[in-house]
Amino acid sequence: MTVRNDRVDVLIIGSGASGAAVAWSLAETRMKILCLEQGDWMKPTDFPSNGRDWEARRYGDFDLSPNRRGRDTDYPVNDDNSLMKVANFNGVGGGTILYTAHFPRMHPSDFRTRSLDGVADDWPVDYWTLEPFFAENDRMMGVSGLAGDPGVPPRTPPMPPVPLGRTGMAYARAMNKLGWHWWPSDTTVATTEYDGRAPCINLGHCTPGCAQGAKASTDITYWPAAIRAGVELRTRCRVREITTDQHGMAAGAIYYDADGVERFQPAEVVILACNGIGTPRLLLNSASARFPNGLANSSGLVGRNLMLHPWPQVRGYVDAELDGDRAPMTVLWSKQFYETDPARDFVRGYTLQFARGTGVVNEAVTSAAVGMLPWGKDHHRAYRQLMYHRLQIGIACEDLPEEHNRVTLDPVLKDSHGIPAPRIDYTIGANTQRMMEHGIARATEILDAAGATNLYTSRTILNSPGHLLGTARMGNDPERSVVNAWGRSHDVKNLFIVDGSIWVTSGGVNPTSTIQALALYIADSMKRRLATLFD
Amino acid sequence: MDLSPAQRQDLRVLAGLMIPASKEFAVPGADDAAIFDDILRSLGRDRDSVHTALTQLAARAGGSFTALDKPRQEAVAAAFLATSTPDVTILGRVILQCYYRDDRVVRSLGLEPRPPFPRGHTLEQGDWSLLDPVRARPQLWRDAP
Repeated sequence: MTVRNDRVDVLIIGSGASGAAVAWSLAETRMKILCLEQGDWMKPTDFPSNGRDWEARRYGDFDLSPNRRGRDTDYPVNDDNSLMKVANFNGVGGGTILYTAHFPRMHPSDFRTRSLDGVADDWPVDYWTLEPFFAENDRMMGVSGLAGDPGVPPRTPPMPPVPLGRTGMAYARAMNKLGWHWWPSDTTVATTEYDGRAPCINLGHCTPGCAQGAKASTDITYWPAAIRAGVELRTRCRVREITTDQHGMAAGAIYYDADGVERFQPAEVVILACNGIGTPRLLLNSASARFPNGLANSSGLVGRNLMLHPWPQVRGYVDAELDGDRAPMTVLWSKQFYETDPARDFVRGYTLQFARGTGVVNEAVTSAAVGMLPWGKDHHRAYRQLMYHRLQIGIACEDLPEEHNRVTLDPVLKDSHGIPAPRIDYTIGANTQRMMEHGIARATEILDAAGATNLYTSRTILNSPGHLLGTARMGNDPERSVVNAWGRSHDVKNLFIVDGSIWVTSGGVNPTSTIQALALYIADSMKRRLATLFD
Repeated sequence: MDLSPAQRQDLRVLAGLMIPASKEFAVPGADDAAIFDDILRSLGRDRDSVHTALTQLAARAGGSFTALDKPRQEAVAAAFLATSTPDVTILGRVILQCYYRDDRVVRSLGLEPRPPFPRGHTLEQGDWSLLDPVRARPQLWRDAP
């Protein structure tokens, strides 16, 4: 039997990057707002850097892959038919718990790929419309960086950048030798005390949660403010489906609470913030007689155009000792090859992302796995030439939308509540493959200029960067998009989507900053239209 | 699936061949009692993969890897590790992640045996004048109103 809850004005599903931002922004309306999150609150004392097994836990309960991690708050994903695997996290804060805190924005040209470069589609919004929301999000998340970068539009990060350190200087000298652009990365690692957060003390393992609390995740940025403003957040609530009423409007959601009790949560407005895999999964699981192909799917595009950001990496080793894992992982970016250049054999471009190094265990594991670290009597000498000598460059390639790259429901696989799990089918497009090879060649030149040897190239990284985009795209044409220019479903006028699934193209940057700016923009659009929200 | 006593013994012999003790670097091998106990305690999610890998190792050894003489063990281990199957890679990781957190090994690398939190590390600012030529560059990004 389904237990019926009291009605709320706004139901948000998912508490990650976008769900937290939209909850905080809407809180000022004084509407009754509820967020359902399938995971738990995280405790800083539980993060791996508290213990001696901190590196091993990245292959266990803090693994990027939900299939490997296998917490009871996770759902499985069938990603067998994809070279790139799904990375995510389910808990208050969502993917911001398990991200590197690299915080670039998309560029103005990213919103106009059809007009400028003749590929994919233009977005129904532009950079300059979003710019105030980027700035507001920078303030809320707390961004460290340096103004004056000629590679990106002007912005004023509220905190100074993470130090260059030895590794940053090694890259900087190489880039200056080549005459190529570089700049300290924007990051949400606090370099000073900021809004109750302690400054970074270089624990070095930002990705699997920051025990110091210096890394911004929405459980410690947006959520405390949203809850103080009256938003309710319920954890361990896994939503099975969105239901609709006789008028075709969203009626609410059916979910399983922490005790496994099936509940119906009625709501005037439903907002999905479940990421580019979870949102299409939920929409497809919400099929009904009125919406036989899934909710909000009259276009047939729910689940299609999945973009994952192929991310080749090239690494090499120098004689000098570098920072290794004794500092935040990301240090610099380069926009030298970001914009389209007609002289190349591909359109669009990529960011070069310069990594600090890696940990003692991870150096051994990753080098042994590719044959760079021998077993036997030569092991110790070889290892000492690798540890804390690594330079590693990631190539954040723009992934263009292709309809055959998609999320569907797996016919067999289910989560612990018996809800059909997502399956992804994904291949890397030809333009992107040419871009990847170009980036690998440039990264190799940079490492050569830095004096690195023993180079190794990884063309696809196993767990993807966790950028799950494009599967419920926004647009003005209901036949070619799922939501409109301000996130409202074309088909169901009280259903909104605010996560990365609404992206039209992917840019060549980590998406969290832009996901959150979009969520704030959509919340602002809703607030400005409250009297006519469903017209 | 739990490892049998024979598989545990094979794993210990194999670990000692993969990462032998070294007088030069003053480190124990991965077959050291304390390290090997840590490996067994830490199998966790990898237990089945390690079990599968050790079954393959035993098959290559014709029954018992431990029972082979040292030159034969080295030859079988080399061929086994060269297969680089996912299970063999996982077995290697399980050994490495325990070996490189042992106090003696960590000290031999010039590091303190402690977790990152709460003391963290010191990071030098570096030379920001390296940025001067970049600051002087013209705008790289394309505007698109």
